Amino acid sequence: MRFLLIEDNKELGRAVKTRLSLDGHAVDWAQRISETDAYLDNAPYDLILLDIMLPDGDGREFLKRHRQQNRKTPVVVITARSEVSDRVHLLDLGADDYITKPFDFSELEARCRAVLRRHGGSAQNEKRFGDLLFSPLAATVTVGGEVRSLRNRELRLLEIFFDSPGRIYPKSQLIDRLFSYDEDVSENAVEVYVGRLRKLISGSSVQIETQRGIGYRMTEK
Amino acid sequence: MSERIKDTGSLRRRLIFQLLVSVAILSLVLYFTVRVIAERAAETTQDNILGASVVSIIDEVHVVNDQISIDIPYSSLSMLGSVTDDRVFYRITVDGRTLTGYDDLPGLENTTSDTSPVYWTENFRGSEIRLSTQIRPMFFANQTHLVAVTVAQTRNGQALITSRIANTAAAFGLGFFVIASGLSWIAASSALRPLRRAEQSVQRRGPQDLRPMTTEAPREIVPLLLALNSFMDRLRLALGRTEDFITEAAHRVRTPLATVRANAEIALRGTKDKDQRKALRAMIRAVDESSRSASQLLDHAMVSFRSDQIAFEPLDLAEVISQVVTDLSPTSDLRDISINWQVTARPQINGDKILLIGAIRNLLDNAIKYSPRESEIDITLDQAGETCTARICDLGRGLGSDTEETLKKRFKRGGNAVDVVGSGLGLTIADEVARAHGGTLSLKPNQGKGTCVSFSLPRLS
Repeated sequence: MRFLLIEDNKELGRAVKTRLSLDGHAVDWAQRISETDAYLDNAPYDLILLDIMLPDGDGREFLKRHRQQNRKTPVVVITARSEVSDRVHLLDLGADDYITKPFDFSELEARCRAVLRRHGGSAQNEKRFGDLLFSPLAATVTVGGEVRSLRNRELRLLEIFFDSPGRIYPKSQLIDRLFSYDEDVSENAVEVYVGRLRKLISGSSVQIETQRGIGYRMTEK
Repeated sequence: MSERIKDTGSLRRRLIFQLLVSVAILSLVLYFTVRVIAERAAETTQDNILGASVVSIIDEVHVVNDQISIDIPYSSLSMLGSVTDDRVFYRITVDGRTLTGYDDLPGLENTTSDTSPVYWTENFRGSEIRLSTQIRPMFFANQTHLVAVTVAQTRNGQALITSRIANTAAAFGLGFFVIASGLSWIAASSALRPLRRAEQSVQRRGPQDLRPMTTEAPREIVPLLLALNSFMDRLRLALGRTEDFITEAAHRVRTPLATVRANAEIALRGTKDKDQRKALRAMIRAVDESSRSASQLLDHAMVSFRSDQIAFEPLDLAEVISQVVTDLSPTSDLRDISINWQVTARPQINGDKILLIGAIRNLLDNAIKYSPRESEIDITLDQAGETCTARICDLGRGLGSDTEETLKKRFKRGGNAVDVVGSGLGLTIADEVARAHGGTLSLKPNQGKGTCVSFSLPRLS
């Protein structure tokens, strides 16, 4: 996904940008509201991540203007306020979703995906590898014309492999990306999902190889 | 409060007492005035008759053949005959010598005036009498002689009239007193009514209601109410400042916490060392825990704050639930937990949207937190009679050995929940919201496995 991050806090902005690019997302980072127009005019973004407290204005004002200008890019607000009333207010202002600081990046991704799904942008997000057609927003893979639906973790696992086919992903990294940090899971848990994924893509030219002692990678037969 | 403020007696009683004293004094003044006027009027009447009698007698004093001759006209004494048994006395003297009548009747021999009769009162033979005397000089026997005519009458008739009028005056005074007492009671009550109204309008307020009073009040109470308003203003300002401070403090830490968490995730991605990974995961969990606790503390504060001045509006409970489900489904998706929620009933309720979202969000959040991955959460909404019940059932670890009452308590967490991030306020929040809406929250074991939470509210008829 391609994000425009609007966040004035340098430390957090840098961390979010780095963290998102680790998952293969492209992030442009604007530190002020005044910079956003230049970014938005020059590149198509899947999503805007908007902080509320900004030095040159309130994020809510940006949100209002964004909606008035009829811009279609969905906005997910990153807010330091957790109260229900603030959340309801943000949605009323036209935010597509919000997440409260500090946030889990998997949850942020899940929320972004849900927002994109609601916006119906599935076609342009379809990915192809070998004869496998993967549609993350629809949560399906198509093998030889047969559409198979994926559960959340299967989807996320396949998304990781699609990020850079051929690359070896260690089990520990897969665990970090699939499970939340308050779940204590053994490395074997990954094997279960890899097994399921193999079943789902069976019959295609794509396979998931086990690299003993290292991890897994997705290759073409 | 009552032991701090000394009761110095009722204002109404004091007011009524003062009014009654004034009325009593007025009644007495009225009585005595009428009495004096009546006495004087009766006396004047008697004096006029006495005077007329004296004049009619003295007019009949003639000198015949150089001798004094009196023919007392009948009418002169009969005009004094009244309805009462008043006795009449008379005495005619010539130069102080009694010619006829009662010899011992006091007279005014020394008076020289002959123009008009003189009147006075004296005691005579044991009773009070009113006397009238006129002296006329007469010439006979080569000499001027002073002829004095005195007519007197006891005062029983006058006393009777006076006492009659006085009795009437007394009755009148008493009536005046009674009527004025009643009126003063009414006046005192109505004068104090605005005070009572102001008191009630303060009493009716919830402990969080610090809006200025807008009641109408008489001029005398206005300063009191203004003082109260300005006091509440200051209190609200102080409370608001504290609240803002707490919220601000909670928000200030969130951005650095987000930075810490993001960097921990980045570090985790680049670390293979088992101990370091463990430490980083623990760090992330600690951050999550503090963030969660802060949210729930703020939620709980919000519930306490709003419960006292609930903004009731007609709501569709199914819509509230749908909103929460939409909001939390990305979270449940992450753990492959499906939330089964189908709108089958649309009960209308009277409620505070923010509070209800907060309550149901906490319940669903709990259910997601305690559910095993790849499980299901069933949400149903039923309406039966006067109530509607939202039921959230999970396949989690259940209630364990803790009772429902323990789990609903503040900061109390289930004995079997030590490994899950939480503050123990979720159920408290939901319980308080339910009760603020006149509803209930109950926990029951789910059939087979897990827990069912029932959130019941009264329906809008």
